Amino acid sequence: MSVLVFLESVDSNIKKSALEALVYGRNIAGATGGKLLAIAVGEGVDLSLAGVYGAEKIFHITDSRFTQADEQAFAEAIADAANSNGVKNVVFAKSSLTDSITPKLASMLQATAATNVVSLPDYSKGCEVKRSIFTGKAFEIVNINSEKKVFSVKKNAVELSEAPAAGVVEKFSPNLSNKAFSIKTISTEKTTGEVLLSDAEIVVSAGRGLKGPENWGMIIDLAKTLGAATGCSKPVSDLNWRPHHEHVGQTGIKVSPNLYFAIGISGAIQHVAGISSSKVIVAINKDADAPIFKVATYGIVGDAFDIVPKLTAAIKAIQ
Amino acid sequence: MNILVCISSVPDTTSKISFSDSDTKFVSAGITYIIGPYDDYALARAVELKESSGTGNITVLHVGEIDSEPVIRKALAIGADVAVRVNSTAKDGFFVAAQIAAYAKDKKFDLILMGRESIDYNSGLVHGLVGELLSIRSISPVMKLTIDGNQATLDREIEGGKETIQADLPLVLGCQEPISEWKIPSMRGIMSARTKPLTVIEPVQYSSGLSFEKYEMPAARTGCKMISDSNVGELVSLLKSEAKVI
Repeated sequence: MSVLVFLESVDSNIKKSALEALVYGRNIAGATGGKLLAIAVGEGVDLSLAGVYGAEKIFHITDSRFTQADEQAFAEAIADAANSNGVKNVVFAKSSLTDSITPKLASMLQATAATNVVSLPDYSKGCEVKRSIFTGKAFEIVNINSEKKVFSVKKNAVELSEAPAAGVVEKFSPNLSNKAFSIKTISTEKTTGEVLLSDAEIVVSAGRGLKGPENWGMIIDLAKTLGAATGCSKPVSDLNWRPHHEHVGQTGIKVSPNLYFAIGISGAIQHVAGISSSKVIVAINKDADAPIFKVATYGIVGDAFDIVPKLTAAIKAIQ
Repeated sequence: MNILVCISSVPDTTSKISFSDSDTKFVSAGITYIIGPYDDYALARAVELKESSGTGNITVLHVGEIDSEPVIRKALAIGADVAVRVNSTAKDGFFVAAQIAAYAKDKKFDLILMGRESIDYNSGLVHGLVGELLSIRSISPVMKLTIDGNQATLDREIEGGKETIQADLPLVLGCQEPISEWKIPSMRGIMSARTKPLTVIEPVQYSSGLSFEKYEMPAARTGCKMISDSNVGELVSLLKSEAKVI
């Protein structure tokens, strides 16, 4: 009845969302009486935190082909580890990569997958979990009835807490079919050294109120000061003022940071859907009637070009 | 080229969501249904691929009840040639994938396109499951797609960026913007959609491992604390000492 957690990493460190998935898996292992196992990919990844958060064993794949985000290969590798270790529950932290691994793995294991999960399973009524639906506008409670289960967990579904375990790292060479790595990567464009939007604790987003892409300097300054990721509204990415992967909202990236800044964003229902699981929302807008103030925790009515530089300076002053 | 586009019928993105019967039923009164926005991008790209090659056939497939036929007709008006409706409520992603795979398995589609996820239940599983059920490579989320002979070149989103990859057809692709722009049906398209074939087939048996219990609304956010624009420092101290987020 072991639990297997996939540990995605960024810049040779386990992502925080993956550590949350590990804590999620630890709770399943505790409730169902199984071992907590993990699987990680990449030479040189620092896996020490996996033991700190409760992993008894980490299967470590160092095959350099896995630098390619080939979901087929990842799914086959995770299925191999699961099948050879009596795993009944697999946990992912939701991300661009795991979104495409999840259905493949569920199919390979003949498991049922629940995605967008925001709560730990309630075993008093089978295996009930809460999922975010209608892009953050509501939740549904579902029961997973199959013997094998795959959970894709949203950020902030559990609080991080340490529970040191052996954390033994074991090199793992998965059995792969000829379908793995059958796609050819031509080029990769990846921002490096920047905070990933989907994984960020703080997000600074701006909208059409900024009037043009040349005015993003102050947004980037504020984000850098806070160690935050930058985001934008749909009109801004549609106008190509900012790259598409910064688009936050119903048809873009859904974020769940501790702190979200909406600057010059009116707060259309589609944008709000993508930010609704943020803990604290700060709205800065010159229109006092903008709907963003209905969902914000703190609000300032005024000119972003005046307020944002002052805000950056005030934060620097206390750092 | 033989393309299958799978579409969902979902509440318009501006919809307010509510439930009845002790949070067990979705209230559809007053809701406008649209083609799933991501599916709509997939359909638009399929129409462009057909137009640019000058040949091909686009089948649009939907799993749903009779009341979603206006949404299917719209897909025909945008440029699909024929439509198929699997006559059943779309119970969950596993059920829908089983229906799509059962329909597609002997049809030899070169491309099976759909959105990266539906915006109602957000499972995001269907493309991957269909690919596995048909033993066809699936890739998602795809932001750009060109076809040259038997080879597809595509951009897909990865964490913090994108990658350009090449893969051989057939493929199952989960799509998102900016793969194409949504298309508005022309008057000619709307007229011709009325006479294009829409076949209704019955679902195949599938028992899902998920059972629905009930809905829940998020806790309402309490009132916004307003701060004067001449006192930005107060916001910083509230974020630090009250909210404890910086």
